[in-house]
Amino acid sequence: MPFEMIVIGASWGGLRALEAVLGSVPRHFETPIVIAQHRATQSATGALPHTLAHHSGHDVCEPGDKDPIEAGRVYVAPADYHLLVDPEGFALSTEGAVRFSRPSIDVLFDSAADVYAERLAAVILTGANDDGAYGITRVRRRGGLTVAQDPAGAERPEMPLAAIATGAVQHVLPLEEIGPFLVKTVGSERTAA
Amino acid sequence: MAIEDLARASDDLERIEVQLLLEAIYQHYGFDFRGYALGSLKRRLWRRAIGEKVETLSALQDRVLHDPTVMERLLLDLSINVTAMFRDPTFFQAFRERVVPALRTYPFVRIWNAGCSTGEETYSLAIVLKEEGLYERTRIYATDINDRVLERAREGRFPLEKMREFTDNYIRAGGQESFSTYYTAHGDTATFSPELRSQVVFAQHNLVSDAPFNEFNVIVCRNVMIYFGKTLQDRVHELFYDSLDSLGILALGHKESIRFTRYEDRYEPLDVQEKLYRKMY
Ligand SMILES: C[S@@+](CC[C@H](N)C(=O)[O-])C[C@H]1O[C@@H](n2cnc3c(N)ncnc32)[C@H](O)[C@@H]1O
Repeated sequence: MPFEMIVIGASWGGLRALEAVLGSVPRHFETPIVIAQHRATQSATGALPHTLAHHSGHDVCEPGDKDPIEAGRVYVAPADYHLLVDPEGFALSTEGAVRFSRPSIDVLFDSAADVYAERLAAVILTGANDDGAYGITRVRRRGGLTVAQDPAGAERPEMPLAAIATGAVQHVLPLEEIGPFLVKTVGSERTAA
Repeated sequence: MAIEDLARASDDLERIEVQLLLEAIYQHYGFDFRGYALGSLKRRLWRRAIGEKVETLSALQDRVLHDPTVMERLLLDLSINVTAMFRDPTFFQAFRERVVPALRTYPFVRIWNAGCSTGEETYSLAIVLKEEGLYERTRIYATDINDRVLERAREGRFPLEKMREFTDNYIRAGGQESFSTYYTAHGDTATFSPELRSQVVFAQHNLVSDAPFNEFNVIVCRNVMIYFGKTLQDRVHELFYDSLDSLGILALGHKESIRFTRYEDRYEPLDVQEKLYRKMY
């Protein structure tokens, strides 16, 4: 069964880590990648996608409510909203912060696991809290593929450590190996037309 | 069965339980959540289940059907009421710059603030209209599905500790006055001037099942339809379209749009970024 989505959760130090992961994924990568990165509530719309697009060469955007999920794109949860995956596409929510975070990694992972089950891959990157630990157990319970950044090399180890402590993480990998691993395991590259 | 198969089987069961629960609520209480977006909905249902100390959504259904107070609590959970004064300051700035000039041409202005929650958005609109000299000839109909939040909106009392954030938003929205003139502080509460609701009618209205009730020059409905599925969104857009005067203006939340809805072609964008649309025909 091919994978239909990759979800990535990142917090403190996430920008650099995301650049590393996206940078090692080819531009014609088919599987949509959806990112929840913690950030200040007032961060400007479009700033994070812009930076990521610039550094990785990928098509990166912040989805609007009920936008369809398209192949070959990278999506970033907008500041101050939760991003959920619904059977009908993306959904946004202004529900209060979940464990101090909006966007919440748990909310994204949980909703994506519901929709895609074993066709979902989830990655936890650097961070100084435990958001995503619940979400990744949900992904694994539904049969999805789970990855965490090796805490030893992470800018902040707490978040990957919390995820690993749940027992739900199948692969613990150094940052530079995550992108290539996803390409090999999950990847379907668009054949050039 | 492998652990994944077990998990999947129980999740399929959950899907059935969600549907049955929503059907039960609709048939018994008349609240129709069947067309709401599933992701958020499930989160809220589980939140209530945990609150009621039950382990399945079927058990929650039992509680909801036999105890109206459980339904009341579920209703509170299902309506996500998070809001703030001048939430998204740039929107209120755009309202001043693009909507207000259009309204000046009318002798009397009717605004529908749908999904107003505890009223912060409504008071913000009232302040803008007052500062622009339009308030006295405006009536704002502020509605929500949830009676409890409307009660709080009518009181116009908000936690004093929020005033820093609200003042900051107000200034960033282009506010020129001293924000503190709009409220008086008692203990830990800020009570807003009754004048700011003299032209406001707070009333219960369910966007899913209630009919149009007036014709409006402006409809402000922000961060409400994001909780609806697409079919339901289309129906509410029909309601809004029918409730707008010709050249009436529709204002949605920052992450919402009329793209992909059936009414897309009936409006022209007034401000793409701020999600302001004008009804064309
Ligand atoms: C997140 S609040 C939005 C508050 C405000 N408009 C803002 O943007 O800050 C969503 C509101 O929509 C209301 N709501 C949900 N379903 C509704 C329905 N079917 N009819 C009317 N209001 C509804 C909820 O009760 C809640 O107060």
